[in-house]
Amino acid sequence: MESISLIGMASVITAGLTIGIGAIGPALGEGRSVAQALSALAQQPDEANRITRTLFVGLAMIESTAIYAFVVSMILLFANPFWDYVVSNAGG
Amino acid sequence: MDLMSIKQISPDQVIFWHWGPISLNATILFTWAVMALMVLGSWLITRRLSTDVHLSRWQNLLEVVVNGMRNEIRDISRQKPDPYLYFVGTLFLFILVPNILSVIPGFITPTASLSTTAGLAICVFAAVPIYGIMSRGLPGYLRQYLEPTVFMLPFNVIGELSRTLALAVRLFGNMMSGTKIVAILLAITPLVFPVVMHALGLLTGVIQAYIFAVLAMVYIASATRAQQQTKREHKNNERKGENS
Repeated sequence: MESISLIGMASVITAGLTIGIGAIGPALGEGRSVAQALSALAQQPDEANRITRTLFVGLAMIESTAIYAFVVSMILLFANPFWDYVVSNAGG
Repeated sequence: MDLMSIKQISPDQVIFWHWGPISLNATILFTWAVMALMVLGSWLITRRLSTDVHLSRWQNLLEVVVNGMRNEIRDISRQKPDPYLYFVGTLFLFILVPNILSVIPGFITPTASLSTTAGLAICVFAAVPIYGIMSRGLPGYLRQYLEPTVFMLPFNVIGELSRTLALAVRLFGNMMSGTKIVAILLAITPLVFPVVMHALGLLTGVIQAYIFAVLAMVYIASATRAQQQTKREHKNNERKGENS
């Protein structure tokens, strides 16, 4: 197979796999933390401010793992260095 | 459509003006625009401050913002907010304003570029030791790296570096994904759905600005706080000794 189609195929498939698999863990983690925060809110409504703030910070930190996966898949799709190299070689 | 095409993932690649080695890209241009807007706005508002019962609408807004930031910093660091307000508050506002302005068509938020976010993260990276040394002295600050045992030294150093990287990539990834998702949806379902995602992007932008400032504050507080806790314990022990 030509290297250009091989690289294109591998990037697209890997980008899909990256964001697909990479979203599973953070989704489970966020679900758990929100469930815990909701039960904590139900038990201690007075502490709502602190719980919500900690929840938001925690969610953002959990979510950042998914964001890393997303960044990697975006790089694979739109700014792939191997693809650019092959295209520039093919072009001249 | 927008200035950025789908294939460009960073506003650094949108170049308006080119002269020799110097080029003016969208990141720099919109950063300047945001800076001009904020400086001009705060100058216009603080020009006529009043201590009267009647205050202008804009002064009220600024007072709410600054007061809110002071309260948050006091809650997080359990210290007086004033030394941290300038740095952390500036970070917060500088991320918040372009994130909110990103709903304006044609405006590319500079926080969607890795250069901007890396610059901000490096500022935090430099501010942590500065505040730490200011409050604990150089030996006190360096001793914190050996805190549980000496063997934790490499992990503490790696942790310092990796959290800076994480700060930069988190903000970049969130803002970039917001603009990118809107661009992709414009190509697929251009009618109503991009508006919904834009509204969601507004929410993410505000939360990310908040997160960035809170994390910067937490890092700075962790470098400054230990000393004060030990001081407080010391005081308590002294008091106990006096009582007994």
